[in-house]
Amino acid sequence: MERETYFVKRTRGTAGPFLKVMMVLAALVGLASPVPAQTVSLPPHELRVFDTPSDGGGSLTVVWPPAPHDSKEVRYQVLLSEGAEDGDPSHFKVVDEFSSNTHYVRDSKWPWWTRPAGPEQHHATIKNGKAVELKSGNTYAVALAVVAGEQRIFSSVVQAAPEPNWFNWNQLNNLLLVLGFGGIVFFAIGLAKKREMFLRRIPGLDAVDEAIGRSTELGKPILYLTGAHDMNDPSTIAAAVILGRVAKRAASYETELLVPHREPITMAVCQEITKQAYLEAGKPDLFKEDSNFFITTDQFSYTAAVDGIMLRKKPAANFFMGAYFAESLLLTETGASTGAIQIAGTDSDHQLPFFVTTCDYTLIGEELYAASAYLSREPVQVGTLRGQDIGKAVILGVLGLGTLLATAGVALDVQWPQLFLDVFKDVK
Amino acid sequence: MILLRRQLPLVITLVTGLGMAAQYYVPHPASEGLLTSVTKWLQIIGGFALVLGVTSLFHVHAVKIRRQEAGWGYSVVLYAGMLGTIAVGLWANGKESIDGVMTAFGWVYSYMMVPLQGTMFAILAFFIASAAYRSFRARSREAAVLLAAAVIVMMGRVPLGEYILPLSGDVSQWILNVLNASVRRAILIGVSLGAVALSLKIIFGVERSYLGGGKE
Repeated sequence: MERETYFVKRTRGTAGPFLKVMMVLAALVGLASPVPAQTVSLPPHELRVFDTPSDGGGSLTVVWPPAPHDSKEVRYQVLLSEGAEDGDPSHFKVVDEFSSNTHYVRDSKWPWWTRPAGPEQHHATIKNGKAVELKSGNTYAVALAVVAGEQRIFSSVVQAAPEPNWFNWNQLNNLLLVLGFGGIVFFAIGLAKKREMFLRRIPGLDAVDEAIGRSTELGKPILYLTGAHDMNDPSTIAAAVILGRVAKRAASYETELLVPHREPITMAVCQEITKQAYLEAGKPDLFKEDSNFFITTDQFSYTAAVDGIMLRKKPAANFFMGAYFAESLLLTETGASTGAIQIAGTDSDHQLPFFVTTCDYTLIGEELYAASAYLSREPVQVGTLRGQDIGKAVILGVLGLGTLLATAGVALDVQWPQLFLDVFKDVK
Repeated sequence: MILLRRQLPLVITLVTGLGMAAQYYVPHPASEGLLTSVTKWLQIIGGFALVLGVTSLFHVHAVKIRRQEAGWGYSVVLYAGMLGTIAVGLWANGKESIDGVMTAFGWVYSYMMVPLQGTMFAILAFFIASAAYRSFRARSREAAVLLAAAVIVMMGRVPLGEYILPLSGDVSQWILNVLNASVRRAILIGVSLGAVALSLKIIFGVERSYLGGGKE
């Protein structure tokens, strides 16, 4: 490394171009360094530099074909000039350096439909960062150097300007899958409007009525929590939707409902939902603004407060819907100690074991989102569930087919299965 | 009235929902700028909403104190703590220390808030023990499988356990990496599809109960 730095410094002197010419000549006649590990006879050719596609700008991509000398000992240096006018690559800044048997397009993260070159070609990406400042719209000069021992050969200089793009083509598969899934959901909704669809039993939701009935019989309140997240999170929205059904049933049974919140906006939304539920149940006079109340946004302060409510008011039914973290067990174990019937529903997979252990019923993952359809039995809602089921069947099929194709690709040493596998890669 | 309560919110939801979904596919700085602006707007709205929350908190506890409901003393403690913290916070200009000297606000945070939070978190260890005891009692076939798996994993995660049962390390890793991870991913696939379906329902106005129920 030290020797390389010394060499670069030397070439940056006034004799740089002369040395370069001498080196190329020396390389051509096979008189390069006295004992080179590997000799390089040709400079990198067919160098292409262009704006990195599908990004927000500030990045250039360099692509060049492989060479016979590519090996672990021979290295490539990507060189960049801050200004476009500098034509001498020996003055350029080294922004990337790697062995010449690495950085192939086939190893990149680009899916096949956005690859800028063939899979056997080399590539490097220069990004705006600490080492280099690339501004969108400015033109930069880029070159490549092949380094073998003390030998350093430069490519021709290519100019390019980074530009921001308006569409990320790497995520085309994601977009098509979302549109496809959306189409399936709306198709299933249309189907559900025409004929009745079967819904499997979800014991946790069947138990909602039982829990509310028990509270009514014992004359104790119902405690309903909407989770740790705000209304941006689908699980909180699902929790708020289920609250509407629970509140309606609680209103018709004239049972007190307590909904402590961690988030003021969620509280405001849930107040409206509860109010509407009481109106629909024909008991608007029983609605209390204070049934939904804010405690704090702090995790453990909220937990302490809710535990206190559980121990003082002893609600007969506790509902834990939405997203939860470390507080889940603190809440449910306290609830279990009071003898309340407990129903949880969460998509926080890391908290599921705690809920399953301490609650009487747990809605696991997607069942939380299915609750609205299950409780309402409206064709539109049920159709959405059927759409989800079809989506799961498709994913299951893709998993099976993908496993077979990936295995075939390795066993037969062929690349074509990758065309299929790439479509389902990085779908997030 | 219906326009303001129903149609306008649905149109705003549709436009915003589609716009923010499209934003995910646009890498242009303008798109990033839009996301930043929307996030800031959310923070601003959240700031105003906090006033709603604090008002609710004061109101609920004021009613408790006025009616002298059971446990109203706790409400007095809450008022004292909250007003006291606001007072010292304003006095210290919201800073926990000035020139390296801890302010009263910093003292409240470091010596009251942090230990109380730590205490709550520490209780978790005991709750885990009691919950584990209940669930690991082999009263059914499923519970027996759970117990066996839990014992193997626990043995495999501690050096002494692996010393006593040498195979437990590999077996526990297999349980975690194969059985546990596959089930977890299956749950996550279901959750993701459910979240996407719910989002589509909200964006296209199929699910409206978050607006306050009703079908008008």
